[in-house]
Amino acid sequence: MAQSLLKAEHVKISFGNVHALRDVSLEILPGEIHCLMGENGCGKSTIIKIISGVYQRDGGTVEFNGQKLDKITPIDAINLGIQVIYQDFALFPNLTVAENLALNTELASRKKTVSWKNVRKIAEEAVAKINFQVDMDQKVEELSVAQKQMVAISRALMSNAKLIIMDEPTTALTRKEVDALFKIILKLKEQGIAILFISHKLDEVFEISDRYTIFRNGEMVAAGNMKELDDKKFTYYMTGREFADKVFVAENVSDKPVLELKNLTKEGAFSDISLTLRRGEILGITGLLDSGRTELALSMFGMLPADSGEILKEGKPVKIASPRDAINCNIGFVPEDRLSEGLFLTQSIGDNIIISEIDRLKKKNGLFDHKKRDEEVEKWVKELEIKTQNPDNPATTLSGGNQQRIVLAKWLACDLDVLILNGPTVGVDIGSKHDIHMVLQRLAGQGLGVIIISDDLPEVIQNCSRVLVIKDGRIKSEYDTQKVNEKMIIDDMM
Amino acid sequence: MSRKIKKAFRSNEPYILIIIVILGIFIQIRSGQFFTGNNIVDLLSALIVPGLFAIAEFLALISGGIDVSFPALASLSAYATTKMLLDMGYEGNVIVPFLIAVAIGAVLGAVNGFFIGYLNLNAMIVTLGTASIFQGFMQGALRANQLSVIPSGMKGFGTASFITATNKVNGLTSILPYTFIILVVVCAAVFYLLRYTIFGRGIYAIGGNAQSAHTAGFHVERTKFLIYIIIGMIASAAGVCRVCMMQQCHPTNMLGMEMNIIAGVVLGGVALTGGAGTLTGCMLGTFLIILVENSMILLGIPTTWSDVFVGLVIVIGVSLTAIQSARSSKGKKSAAKGEA
Repeated sequence: MAQSLLKAEHVKISFGNVHALRDVSLEILPGEIHCLMGENGCGKSTIIKIISGVYQRDGGTVEFNGQKLDKITPIDAINLGIQVIYQDFALFPNLTVAENLALNTELASRKKTVSWKNVRKIAEEAVAKINFQVDMDQKVEELSVAQKQMVAISRALMSNAKLIIMDEPTTALTRKEVDALFKIILKLKEQGIAILFISHKLDEVFEISDRYTIFRNGEMVAAGNMKELDDKKFTYYMTGREFADKVFVAENVSDKPVLELKNLTKEGAFSDISLTLRRGEILGITGLLDSGRTELALSMFGMLPADSGEILKEGKPVKIASPRDAINCNIGFVPEDRLSEGLFLTQSIGDNIIISEIDRLKKKNGLFDHKKRDEEVEKWVKELEIKTQNPDNPATTLSGGNQQRIVLAKWLACDLDVLILNGPTVGVDIGSKHDIHMVLQRLAGQGLGVIIISDDLPEVIQNCSRVLVIKDGRIKSEYDTQKVNEKMIIDDMM
Repeated sequence: MSRKIKKAFRSNEPYILIIIVILGIFIQIRSGQFFTGNNIVDLLSALIVPGLFAIAEFLALISGGIDVSFPALASLSAYATTKMLLDMGYEGNVIVPFLIAVAIGAVLGAVNGFFIGYLNLNAMIVTLGTASIFQGFMQGALRANQLSVIPSGMKGFGTASFITATNKVNGLTSILPYTFIILVVVCAAVFYLLRYTIFGRGIYAIGGNAQSAHTAGFHVERTKFLIYIIIGMIASAAGVCRVCMMQQCHPTNMLGMEMNIIAGVVLGGVALTGGAGTLTGCMLGTFLIILVENSMILLGIPTTWSDVFVGLVIVIGVSLTAIQSARSSKGKKSAAKGEA
């Protein structure tokens, strides 16, 4: 067996009373693509921060390139050849591409002044390594997510990196961009650079990784060759639970549609969209990131009113020009970015749940009924199994999956007819994802009309009764999910 | 070429410049007095103190902070310096008062810098607090009242003319005092600092993303600390300039300037969120405010209305720039779509 590049053994760390890492080990070989997986809060990010010198471990050993690492700083880690590409890329949005690329090198050279010619030269060299074409004078905030990522990778490569750690690099990328990223990762591998890839999606790491390590609750539960891992084992290692995935079969479908769109058009986003949704159905809408699927969702909820076309609720034409109109029609919406659009993060879990039905929680004299509020909160926390010690804690204290449940609870509390979800399980771990799917299936069974907008095809196929594929703002095709496979949908999407 | 122009118009500066030119032409048409030597000299002379303050504020904003204590800080250091020199019977040149005031300013700035940099407290709250402390200290401990006599060196410096312009029509003479050179020097120094030193780029980096700046190896805490020291020094120099130019030292008449200064800097395109903006924009925005404040008389508007007009300029200017930035981000989106 080859000498390992990184060897962390029995690493422990705790913050206050919380044991973030109990006892984990991680071994990475030179030039391999290694995938570190685990659910939110399992300690993935913590071990990265220990390796890169941000946190100091409480116990265990870390060896890099045959050298024992004791108290190291982030700068020491970089000098050793360990580079981390965080999810937010740690770029400077207000500076130009060239400067972002060159700043670290300039800083490391311990010069006091900046030579702009030199900055240019360093930056050109950096992007040349991965053949990345970009306008050097553009500000980073003006770039797309994929471009920002390339800037971050180019920057990481400049300091003779031996190990590049990527923290969930594919989260915000389109399929095409993921492919481009993988090509670059393979190229880096050819150059002998080891990659540690953090993810919680099996399908994408499966095609690229050599070996894997899985953490759960601060402990290492499995490690081995990627080839020996399959879906079922993976899910088990990740969650410690075994799931019977239930494919959704629509029952109790109403005869009359609850929601109909007729030739809905929004200039520059989508055109001529017609669809019907019945009670008891889960309708999937999928398409590429820029296909207009998000805009369509926003239009149905009145956040981006359509230019022309009709929306019919229970057969009657309705005007939905604002979220309030939509709510009055008993339509609820779970946005793509729940953190910024769906939740009041710093407010209590309870207040987040009751916010949409707050008008109904008053006493006869018009004052707010605290008792009723507490009953409602208790009911939904129980109903959706939101894991919290105390619903008075702020929503920030919850994991992604539990936050998503609050957003659901908030809508369910107002007796909806239609619930539209845009990317309901983005950034949610497997266990919660499964639970959310089950909740949605159960709700549909109880007569709710559900629309799931997602590019997670297994999710769509498993949970929807029908799926619409949108391409360039138009409906390209419609399938019964019983008779469709991923490839057919992808072909239509592209 | 056209691409360069387009790019330039994505920032605030050209718009502010256009507003300044249009206002200038308008005033010229109404009064015939705008493009006269003495008016321009008057404007430049009125720009000196606010200009220095604006540069100081600019540094705070770029680093992602804000400073509302600079008028109080400048008042305190200028007053303490003048009072001390008067008590000593100092008769020498102006360099000593500047050195003393700047040293006091550095110490006071260090207080801000310590809380904001090392204790990582909110800059707005810290400087609101220290502004009060500085002011209270001046009025309580120093028992400040108006000093109608100032040391002769300072007086001489404030009245000596660097450029004299005479209006041929009405025979009015205006002088540009030597303090203007201080503005030019500080402006040039800060420009160099921000553009060509690692420390200066670090200020931008911290304003853009303090966490990344830390991981990249910048000394975030120390940089912030130093910024507020520099701010204290520049503000104090401005305070002494003001005393020299006014020939007297008034403990409270600079207080309350902070809002117009911040408005001018923001008008020039400097982001309140930090990291974005140029020194050119900062100076243009400040100049626009000065222009409005000082041109009321030429337009025959009673000066009592000046606050209204300054307010109008701020609201209109900020809306214009907000609209154009919204437009440019829209253009960006459609361009990104076009590429895909």
